[in-house]
Amino acid sequence: MRIKFPLGRRDAPTDAWTKCPTCESQIFNKQLERNARVCPTCGHHFRMSVGERLDLLVDEGSFVERDAGLTSGDPLGFHDQQAYPDRLEASHIKTGLREAAIWGTAKLEGRAVAIGLFDFRFMGGSMGSVVGEKVARCFEGALAERIPAIVVAASGGARMQEGTLSLLQLAKTTAPLARMDVAGIPFISVLTDPTTGGVLASFASLGDVIVAEPGALIGFAGARVASGTVGEEMPEGFQRSEFLFEHGFVDLVVPRAELRATLGRLLRVLPVAAADATWPEAGERAWGPIGVLSGIAERLGGAVSETIGIDVEEEGANGAGPQASPASTAPREPVRPVEERDR
Amino acid sequence: MNAAPPTLRAIEEAWRRVQLARHPQRPRTLDLVARIFEEFVELHGDRGFRDDPAMVGGPALLDGRPVMVIGHQKGTDTDSNIFRNFGSPHPEGFRKAQRLLRLAEKLGMPVVTLLDTAGAFPGPAAEERGQAEAIAASIKQMTSLDVPIVVVIVGEGGSGGALAIGVGDEVLALENAVYSVISPEGCASILWRAPEKAPEAAAAMRMTAADQLELGVIDGIIREPDGGAQEDHDATAKAIREALLAAFGRVTRLDEEALLATRYARLRSIGVVNETAVEALQPAEEATLRRRLGRLLRLPGVPRRPRWSDVWPSGDDTNDNEGGA
Repeated sequence: MRIKFPLGRRDAPTDAWTKCPTCESQIFNKQLERNARVCPTCGHHFRMSVGERLDLLVDEGSFVERDAGLTSGDPLGFHDQQAYPDRLEASHIKTGLREAAIWGTAKLEGRAVAIGLFDFRFMGGSMGSVVGEKVARCFEGALAERIPAIVVAASGGARMQEGTLSLLQLAKTTAPLARMDVAGIPFISVLTDPTTGGVLASFASLGDVIVAEPGALIGFAGARVASGTVGEEMPEGFQRSEFLFEHGFVDLVVPRAELRATLGRLLRVLPVAAADATWPEAGERAWGPIGVLSGIAERLGGAVSETIGIDVEEEGANGAGPQASPASTAPREPVRPVEERDR
Repeated sequence: MNAAPPTLRAIEEAWRRVQLARHPQRPRTLDLVARIFEEFVELHGDRGFRDDPAMVGGPALLDGRPVMVIGHQKGTDTDSNIFRNFGSPHPEGFRKAQRLLRLAEKLGMPVVTLLDTAGAFPGPAAEERGQAEAIAASIKQMTSLDVPIVVVIVGEGGSGGALAIGVGDEVLALENAVYSVISPEGCASILWRAPEKAPEAAAAMRMTAADQLELGVIDGIIREPDGGAQEDHDATAKAIREALLAAFGRVTRLDEEALLATRYARLRSIGVVNETAVEALQPAEEATLRRRLGRLLRLPGVPRRPRWSDVWPSGDDTNDNEGGA
């Protein structure tokens, strides 16, 4: 599958058409781009770069990348048929990225989130020390600012070129999730094609809510690993989103056209717990106006102490979880007075 | 460090260790448990699906004090290896471990885990029952378990299946144990596209105990009898027992809060990361009055607003999965 874009950084615009691997129809590249890289004939979801993913999901002008300057070392001096630093450089040239994942703060349908995104074209989206560090910092950022975390995964798994240091990233990215459980910060895991190996065997499987794109390859062992290790061929269609949904490991399979709206809705219905993390007594959970007012008063008192933490930029400053949508009457809703700072 | 292909000597040495770690006469977890602990009671079942014989565990006494013991279990001959699935657990094995960890937490018992697996089983049945979720949930549970955990890699520390019971306050390894992100055969079949290059992959991944100590992944090495652990099971068990007592002497000094903070810091610090201050990229735009007005009024000929896909566009969507495990 080769796709070239006239609008890409490549100098010579060559192929204007892309062949869909599922229905084999020829798609005009401009049309593919307009359709969020989904085949208009059969609905095949092509892979996306992190840039296209951001355009699809976050509010315009809201994304601020964090920790952009993290780059990989070569701790093992790894060399297979090619040296590891050469592979990194080739991926950098190909994608314009410094690593296979980015993270930052953004707004999604008006709500502040910490969002991490993987790009499969950078060494198969594999997770080494830097990708693990970015995912961990994404979760820690969500914790510090008390905003929900979303990670859009696309990865072949742990990066072999960093050996067990990559393996241990499974623990590094998972440890903050236990803290988010205590703090009451929701994590939405979005699985895209493909999400396999060590990324699936760590944070990506541990979303409070797990959303998958249709037809995505999602599984523990890649076909080559499986056949190389146990000499067994995987049946066709075995590790697809719909299969995981059927077996209870995915909450929702959502077509790309509805992904942003679905995430927006989830953010509205999944509250960030109150900062003191205590469940209110039954009597306090009044659903009337007094309950809401005292809730707001509480938030006012707590707001100052909650905004400390990492150096907060304007876009990420209001740690708002779900704000009041007009129809909502939820009493514990973390209405933030600091929110007015945003334009 | 310069990236260069491993030398012939390094390849031979790495492969020798891999073969010792996989030696058919190497003491298995239950062999060691019987020699290290007293009064071990093996508990069975994950309370959901079945008992996985590739994962064993239960309470025991270490020098008279209660501990929870959990480990992978390989067989010793063809029949027992088939029964034990060659030490490669299915999801229910990890869920049994989770259940035993919960019990340890409830009763305040320190945990000892013994790692010896080529990896979690990658077959269709395991996928169907959520192998990845089972491993992920085990890892997460261990990162926040509020009792001390000491991990000993006694044979093969194979990838996620090993790490699922391998998060601890101290991680030790027998001298000839190995620890890797993927089996050397799996690595070779992906990066060299030739499983017979496994010795080269073993050397490149630096999977010996000595390498792991140097990388900061493990905290200590337990000496084996001359020739390897297979030569003397009793002496091997004795060495592990002494190392466990010393390790618990260190980690039980911390109170619960310090224990968890130290464990978290340890996990957070693993890996090599270069950090430089760089300007975060933004889609470039000269927001001229003409453009603003033009967009507002939807005039033709006004370029569209720059997007993130201009910064990070799609390009060749080749299927090279050269890095994942």
